[in-house]
Amino acid sequence: MEYIDILLSANFWAAAIRIATPLIFGVLGALVCERAGVLNLGIEGIFVVGAMCGWMAVWLGAGLWGGILIAALAGAFFGLLHGILTVPLGLSQHVSGLGITMFATSVSYFTYRTALPKVSSPPRIEAFQPLDIPVLSDLPFIGPALFQQTSMTFLALAMVLLVSYVLYRTPLGLAIRAVGDNPSAVEAQGLSVFALRIGAIMAGSALMALGGAFLTMSAFDAFFFGMINGRGWICIALVVFASWRPGKALLGALLFGAFDAFQIRLQNEVGAVIPSQVFLMIPYLLSIIALVLVARKADYPRALLQPYFRGQR
Amino acid sequence: MIRFEPRSNVSSLFAFALPIIAGITALVLAAIPIAAAGGEVFAAYGHIFKGAFGSKFALSELLARATPLIFTGLAVSVAFRAKLWNIGAEGQLYVGALAAVAIGSGAISAPSYIMIPLIILAGMIAGGTLMLVPTLLKTKLGADEVVTTLLLNFVVLLFVQMMLEGPMKDPMGMGWPQSEPMTSAATLPKMFARMRIHWGLVIALVSALIIYIMMKRSVWGFEIRATGENVSAAKHAGIPVTSTFIKVGLISGALAGLAGVSEVAGLKGYLTADISPGFGYTGVVVAMLAGLSPVGVVVAAVFIAAVFVGADSMSRAMGVSSYIADLVVAMSLICVLVSSLFVCFKIRFVRPKKTPLVAKGEA
Repeated sequence: MEYIDILLSANFWAAAIRIATPLIFGVLGALVCERAGVLNLGIEGIFVVGAMCGWMAVWLGAGLWGGILIAALAGAFFGLLHGILTVPLGLSQHVSGLGITMFATSVSYFTYRTALPKVSSPPRIEAFQPLDIPVLSDLPFIGPALFQQTSMTFLALAMVLLVSYVLYRTPLGLAIRAVGDNPSAVEAQGLSVFALRIGAIMAGSALMALGGAFLTMSAFDAFFFGMINGRGWICIALVVFASWRPGKALLGALLFGAFDAFQIRLQNEVGAVIPSQVFLMIPYLLSIIALVLVARKADYPRALLQPYFRGQR
Repeated sequence: MIRFEPRSNVSSLFAFALPIIAGITALVLAAIPIAAAGGEVFAAYGHIFKGAFGSKFALSELLARATPLIFTGLAVSVAFRAKLWNIGAEGQLYVGALAAVAIGSGAISAPSYIMIPLIILAGMIAGGTLMLVPTLLKTKLGADEVVTTLLLNFVVLLFVQMMLEGPMKDPMGMGWPQSEPMTSAATLPKMFARMRIHWGLVIALVSALIIYIMMKRSVWGFEIRATGENVSAAKHAGIPVTSTFIKVGLISGALAGLAGVSEVAGLKGYLTADISPGFGYTGVVVAMLAGLSPVGVVVAAVFIAAVFVGADSMSRAMGVSSYIADLVVAMSLICVLVSSLFVCFKIRFVRPKKTPLVAKGEA
């Protein structure tokens, strides 16, 4: 049975985790924003910015971790812009998010083209390499499947722990969750709704940008136009599927990665009969299905999409 | 301290001028990236203006570029009026084009007075049907239509690629993934010799007029506006909200489908998978610049088309990347969004004073 063979190969699980990594960052980022009550449709563009800035920083000699830092800062900057538009100004989160996506994407493309006007094959960088952890990486099957990933994958997993710790175990997390459910109660506590929301959007956007950076600094070693290809929108669907919980977000991203890795391998088996596009559609259709499955009983943050103005209920 | 005070009466002249100011602001802001890319700023604006309006040829290019944007802008504006967030005009454009090609590239032979209405109808049905899916997922299952329409764009594009590499591939296309050409009976004629402007523009203008009348004077238009303003109030007033959403979805999708028909039958003559450089997404900007008004859509589409055509020509002349156009378009969206504040609110700069514990003005 070739399908079972696919599932039993270490290579498959390694690919599933690799595909899931940018989504883990993206879903976490979207989750942080939405938990604070703001939908961030800038995600697709912030992925592009993260991918471009991270790559370019490394290309200019900032080093891999310098690239990560710059990608995160660039993401946070666009998050700040989205935050200003949607929180104190209270503008439509849908339209502002789309505007941020268009703006961030075109800024990235314009910068890339301006820096590299005439290159046919994009320059490459020395990307993150899979780690060789003593003992763990050498375990049979489990080693190559789970532990021969790059540092960024482990960073993503650490972020899951960090986000769930902050959200559920610290006063700050309580305030962030409250500001997405009942902002007037937060204001009554003497906390600033604006600061909490903008801060959450910036942090979430930084996470999204890391998802983009993973693509140019770990999965590949160059920046391509159109390389994000809807990954951001998939994250927006997955965050509903994960019912705004970091643990479930990780699970959703991994499940998605497994499906995607499976379809790529299936393509090799039956690709001669079925056009490749059918397989490429699967991730998008899966996201739609995931969204539809949970949409009715989804427990949206109660103040999601609702701007908050002081002294007004 | 900045304070927003709701404005009770908005002078229509002011509301009319704001999007124009927003567009101009975006254009002015473009000076920063142009200068950063090493371009001579004033010369660049000269090239943009000349490239868009400088000759009869330029004007024809401008209006040919505006045509699909009028359709997608209308599609988005109708949907947004009802707060149905259709971001799927891109996909609907492609299925519209696909339907037009399926019928108009030789499958049926009939005189053009039959063929042209037929491909128009086919494109509208295809686009409307595609938009029906996310609309029903929204009304029946509560799935957010922003995400579903966005994701469907990618699915549709892959489907079009599949058709163009498979059953609909032109055997005479030198191996390129493109459809067979439209028959001459299924081609929208050019308006002038040796220019690319075609009768799709007239169809676009007529569509804008029809949508204008529908929104202003018909029961449907009233229901759409009422649903968009307040769903629960509309429900209480006895407006069939669900069927209004479905109607809006169908109309919006059909309009975006028309964009595809017009591109394929009027401009390109055959379908490729890159026939739209994001007309669907740009439609959102057009609709917002237009303040969701059908007449405004026409003006906004011409403005955005001018940015694209002008920037293309500036880019050729000065070597500044043509992504500058996308940058201006994105900035106009943000500027017009911000400017909408000035319509709804008076903005006052006030000295911060000690805020009382219970906020005033609670009514």
